[in-house]
Amino acid sequence: MTLRVLAIDDSRTIRNLLRRAMEEAGFACTTAEDGAAGVACFAEVDPDVVITDINMPRLDGFGVIDAIRSQSHNPTVPILVLTTESADALKARARQAGATGWIVKPFEDAAIVSVVRKVTGARG
Amino acid sequence: MTARNAIRDTFFEECEELLEALVEGLAQMAVGAGDGETLNAVFRAVHSVKGGAGAFALEALVGFAHRFETVLDGIRAGRIALTPEVMHTLLRSADHLAEQVEAARDDRAIAPEVTAGFLANLYAILGEDAPEEPDGAGDDPCFGFAAVALDLGPLGAGAGLGADGAGFGVGSSVGPGAEVIGFPGPGPREAAPGWRVRFRPLPALYAHGHDPAALFAALADLGPVTVTLDLSDLPPWEGFDPAGAWLAWTIRLAGAVPEAAVREVFDFVQGLCLLDIAPDDPPAGPPAEPAAAPPLAPPPRREARAPEDDPAAGPKPTLRVDLDRVDRLINAVGELIINQAMIEQSVLDLTLSSEAEVIGHVEGYRLLARDLQEAVMAIRAQPVKPLFQRMSRILREAAEATGKQARLVTLGEATEVDKTVIERLADPLTHMIRNAVDHGLEPPAARLAAGKPAEGTLRLSAAHRSGSVILSLRDDGAGLDRARIRAKALARGLISPEADLTEAEIDNLLFLPGFSTAEKVSNLSGRGVGLDVVKNAVTALGGRVAIASVPGEGTEFTISLPLTLAVMDGMVISVAGRTMVIPVASVIETLRPDPADLHGLGPQDRVLSIRGRFLPVIDVAQGLGLPARRNAAQDGAEGPPLLLLVETESQSHCALVVDEVHDQRQVVIKGLEANYGAIPGVAAATVLGDGRIALILDAEALTAQRPPADPAARPPFPNAGVSHASP
Repeated sequence: MTLRVLAIDDSRTIRNLLRRAMEEAGFACTTAEDGAAGVACFAEVDPDVVITDINMPRLDGFGVIDAIRSQSHNPTVPILVLTTESADALKARARQAGATGWIVKPFEDAAIVSVVRKVTGARG
Repeated sequence: MTARNAIRDTFFEECEELLEALVEGLAQMAVGAGDGETLNAVFRAVHSVKGGAGAFALEALVGFAHRFETVLDGIRAGRIALTPEVMHTLLRSADHLAEQVEAARDDRAIAPEVTAGFLANLYAILGEDAPEEPDGAGDDPCFGFAAVALDLGPLGAGAGLGADGAGFGVGSSVGPGAEVIGFPGPGPREAAPGWRVRFRPLPALYAHGHDPAALFAALADLGPVTVTLDLSDLPPWEGFDPAGAWLAWTIRLAGAVPEAAVREVFDFVQGLCLLDIAPDDPPAGPPAEPAAAPPLAPPPRREARAPEDDPAAGPKPTLRVDLDRVDRLINAVGELIINQAMIEQSVLDLTLSSEAEVIGHVEGYRLLARDLQEAVMAIRAQPVKPLFQRMSRILREAAEATGKQARLVTLGEATEVDKTVIERLADPLTHMIRNAVDHGLEPPAARLAAGKPAEGTLRLSAAHRSGSVILSLRDDGAGLDRARIRAKALARGLISPEADLTEAEIDNLLFLPGFSTAEKVSNLSGRGVGLDVVKNAVTALGGRVAIASVPGEGTEFTISLPLTLAVMDGMVISVAGRTMVIPVASVIETLRPDPADLHGLGPQDRVLSIRGRFLPVIDVAQGLGLPARRNAAQDGAEGPPLLLLVETESQSHCALVVDEVHDQRQVVIKGLEANYGAIPGVAAATVLGDGRIALILDAEALTAQRPPADPAARPPFPNAGVSHASP
């Protein structure tokens, strides 16, 4: 079955990059333009993995993780956080918030696909 | 890769929006109107520019955006006070960011020392010294943009283990002893030194969305693995907590795999499990350090928050399409309108009775075509706001470069103008703003002496007026020094000493090529180009530029442009046996005057006396250099000529002599410049309903450059044959 990815980022550029990377890897990708929209379509999309930016209007990435981990139908879905910083502090914060993993922006298509495969176990 | 190029385009489009939001937010902050969310929006704008720029390896842009963002973050956290100086630096930084984005889009490089100057200001706010590296990116430990350390080696080569991890569910594995599951892996099967991984998840591992099966699959990508499940910790069924972590595994990985690669698999789960990675059967090589994996308490939960807003309350939905597609549509609609005109003509030629049904249908067709055309043109229309915002940046730069104080007031930002027009207006407007600051506004001391505030005001406005878009730029400076303009024009041989010029004519000397009144060549507007560049650019768009000035009070430049570049309402006339079109917007009335109202003025010129005014009478055929009409017959036996009273954008009136007025219709404008060249007095051409080609007259050019008293003295139009439409 096709892996379903929900990508949440307020940057259209990043959303497009994510969508293309995911679709080229054979995954189905739904995008949302901010945290609130992402949480709203989480139940509907029922993704196998969520990729979310941190800094977003309306609801930030930490809020997204919270909402999914504490209030959704699938609290153990893998959630990957996009970050421009590779600082350990930020990773620790993401981890503490309940993120499964992180991806440092800018990302190579291959790298992000590999991270998605890594946390989902999905193989091409 | 074209897909990536398309996304790159998207990035730059998005940057425009982000920069717009940035400037808007900063402007609010500058006047103390912003709140926390304003600052957040400003921060996000810079952050998103940085994020996107990183994806395209635009390092200088990333480096600058990063420093900018750090300052904004400091302000947000209250570490940096928002003083007027800091505000100024933010505004200038936003300007520079916009410049960097433009440079990146055009594949230009900005001189590093320019960026270094802006960076130094940001560093000063941060209380840091600028690093040696001007881009500030390379030496920042928390700012690694070079590589993403997530390469997991060969991917997709491993044989399939489903996402659901067959055999790893608790239920299916419960049983005495251990289950052994083999993962077929890639790579050589021979017994190479391998690794033994002991792995015991903590409950938090599952809570963080990790799936042990996924980790094993990742290991299997490195080499053949054998996984042994350890069920020894499984509690009795009574009181069993299914959310607990009861299972442990030992994984044997064969093959010469670097330890780092193995550890990387467990990168994300560090601290969420007990992990021990050791060489399997360690005969040779240094023994690996046992992994220190202290058990961690489950992470404290953050306060649960509900999604804040109704997602439906987002921005108005929009659809982004290629401009090419829109232009194809516009072209098709243009052809449709021509086709409609042809059908209408054919039906008329049938001379049916006026009750014929087809006449009603044709009329309906005409209305529909017109609606369609308006709707399609509206797609290309965009508000001038982004253009105006860019101008505030130009103004700040200009003020800084000249040591003057100036602010920009904008009006009518929501006025919508064709996208191409907006794009092509950027350069002339930039030039006008620089010109206004450099030449229009006085230095602060002089302003104070004249009883004006030290800070000059430039007022930039846009409005629609009867089929045109009017842009005006007004300064409250000293006004034009007409004596000096005249002297300069004289010195340059542009006018003769005895020329008797009106104020408006003197003002218009500014638009002559090469004219410049700057005493010294400043580094701002005196770049060897004058306002003629502005005029050429505006003319190329089918527009006009006019100038008005009051000494001591300021100068106003007014640009008027056609609303659309594609279709206009035209009056079909004939001149010297040729069919021509004149824009309906410029025609006030048509009349055949009483011969007594026509007065000769010299051997050639005539004026029309109408309602107490005298208007010059201009013979279109003569103006265009067409063969003379049957003048004597027209004026004598057949009565006075047919006149079109026209008004131009510069509010001057005149009467054009034409042979016949046919009808009024929408015409599709087809530019001549690309196929033929610019002809003075002719704005463009069109195709009429009967398939004939007709020239569209340029009323302004016809009236402004009316033939002199002695036609032999100079050609009918002074610029004939040498005029260029410069983009």
